[in-house]
Amino acid sequence: MKKGYFGQYGGRFVPETLMPALIELEEAYSRYRKDKDFQKELADLQKTYIGRPTALYLAKRFTEHLGGAKIYLKREDLAHTGAHKINNALGQALLAKRIGKKRVIAETGAGQHGVATATGAALIGLECDVYMGTQDMKRQALNVFRMRLLGARVIEVAIGSQTLKDAINESLRDWTTNVRTTHYILGTVFGPHPFPSMVRDFQSIIGKEAKRQILQAAGRLPDYLIACVGGGSNAMGLFHEFLGDDIKMIGVEAGGKGIDTGEHAARFAGGSVGVFQGCKTYLLQDDDGNVLGTHSVSAGLDYASIGPEHPYLRDNGRVQYTYATDDEALAAFELLSKKEGIIPALESAHALAEAVKLAPKLSKDKIIIINLSGRGDKDVQHVANIKGIEL
Amino acid sequence: MNRIEKLFKGLKARNKKAFIPYIMAGDPSLEKTKEIVLMFEECGADIVELGVPFTDPLADGPTIQRAAERALKNGVTLKKAIAFVKDLRQKTKIPLVLMTYYNPIFKYGEGRFLADAKDAGVDGVIIPDLPPDEAGEFTKLAKNTAMAAIFLLAPTSTADRIKKVAGASRGFIYYVSITGITGAQLLLDGSIETSINDIRRITDKPVAVGFGVSTPDEAKAVAGISDGVIIGSAIVKKAQEGLNGEFRNFLLKLREAIK
Repeated sequence: MKKGYFGQYGGRFVPETLMPALIELEEAYSRYRKDKDFQKELADLQKTYIGRPTALYLAKRFTEHLGGAKIYLKREDLAHTGAHKINNALGQALLAKRIGKKRVIAETGAGQHGVATATGAALIGLECDVYMGTQDMKRQALNVFRMRLLGARVIEVAIGSQTLKDAINESLRDWTTNVRTTHYILGTVFGPHPFPSMVRDFQSIIGKEAKRQILQAAGRLPDYLIACVGGGSNAMGLFHEFLGDDIKMIGVEAGGKGIDTGEHAARFAGGSVGVFQGCKTYLLQDDDGNVLGTHSVSAGLDYASIGPEHPYLRDNGRVQYTYATDDEALAAFELLSKKEGIIPALESAHALAEAVKLAPKLSKDKIIIINLSGRGDKDVQHVANIKGIEL
Repeated sequence: MNRIEKLFKGLKARNKKAFIPYIMAGDPSLEKTKEIVLMFEECGADIVELGVPFTDPLADGPTIQRAAERALKNGVTLKKAIAFVKDLRQKTKIPLVLMTYYNPIFKYGEGRFLADAKDAGVDGVIIPDLPPDEAGEFTKLAKNTAMAAIFLLAPTSTADRIKKVAGASRGFIYYVSITGITGAQLLLDGSIETSINDIRRITDKPVAVGFGVSTPDEAKAVAGISDGVIIGSAIVKKAQEGLNGEFRNFLLKLREAIK
């Protein structure tokens, strides 16, 4: 396979100004991923700061309610800052310090990656600016305040669709301008090489733990893994360790108001191959190659493109992709809250919605692991608004 | 020889520098763009750089981002921009390069795009998010159609990068004068000259400088150390204020400064 590619997907489609920085980052990362001191520092912080390993929890009442396969939740919602995003943000912040950068920047949609980056920057002592679309700042006001509390500057992006994709454009523009002093902590398995594989590696601890934990809890591997897919980092993090095993994996995209309405973020159901923000992958675009607007009830899945390893895994049949609509995700959000006392992030609720459809069709001896990628506190206000409840 | 290569050869023989103004196709309308391109020619431009709008122009600053938004609102696409050039060719023979992002070309199909653009009378293509590392096929196809694939160098480029970009680039090399996006503040501190000298040690291809050149004084300084000057955001901004005598004067002053 060509370096930096997953089959025909991936690559490094960026302005020349960034090329030397990406080459430098690739070299630094391949050095530090084998560096004992770096790995030890990261492992210590994963344990003492993030709180890893996160639990693998058997959701008994949720399982009983659905009446089929046994459902385990990988509790990334219990990681420090409330989502899997910290696994990558902390890894990259440590790397940034090692390569001598004094400042980090990040894009954020739901605010989880922004909070995680602000947290990593505070811990390590780096200056931090986070780009966030105007629309998302409104939807996720709580996270905006959290980032500011953590000492980060949140920069509003008021151009284009004012969501995640525009925040990435602005981050890339900032990085192009300040590349000598700044590291860009990209939040998902997306963008130019080496980000897709580096972020996947930092997230792959999810699957490594889950494998060990399920072997201990059930004495065997699961039959299914389910994860939501925006950029796709929590899904890659869970799936990667299991790719060589004989189990089924399902990635769940945001079906928004339904594929027919055009208001969704289901890149496989409604998109085609394109080149966007640094890599070749699936993209929601029109016939002229312009990028389409997207919609999802969850800001973290509201994105026109998907990490390049996902279409590769889809093409070779290793992972199956489907979608859940806003309504299905909202129903699953409430169901898990009531049955298990766990309020999931709206993003993760898309994975739960798939389990709601799948589990009843499977026998009781089957096992599903769902990546509960984040907690839903950030979404409570938004869900109340949708239900017409004033808080 | 491509029309652009011929032009630079002629300029070199006369010890002159290229004036390369930029305008976004379809901002505010294709009719106006036609008027502007013809005005460029009248005012002595050597090459015209025609922007094609894209929804996510990540190498561009606010001025050109907004211009792209307006052009998209007017329904301008890569296909329409090519048809526009074909129409324009009945009026002018000035060398013309398209600047757009890679996805519209990828979606159009590299081969089909190059054939259609060549047929319409386009002489060169600048794609800021397509480094030569990812352009193997495109460079080959462009060579076959005698289209100048113009690649970019930046202040951060290493000697290895200069070799790679200079080797792939046809027509001229586009030197990005600032570490940043289009329309940002230019810093005339001698570093541009140092970088251009680094490039000259590796290649004898013409080097034109763009990004951040906004005044006749800056244009004059940059022309003194390069083979051509590209002016984008400043012209787009001025054009928005009206295609009047002042706009023409601005172009004439730039022309005069680039010698």
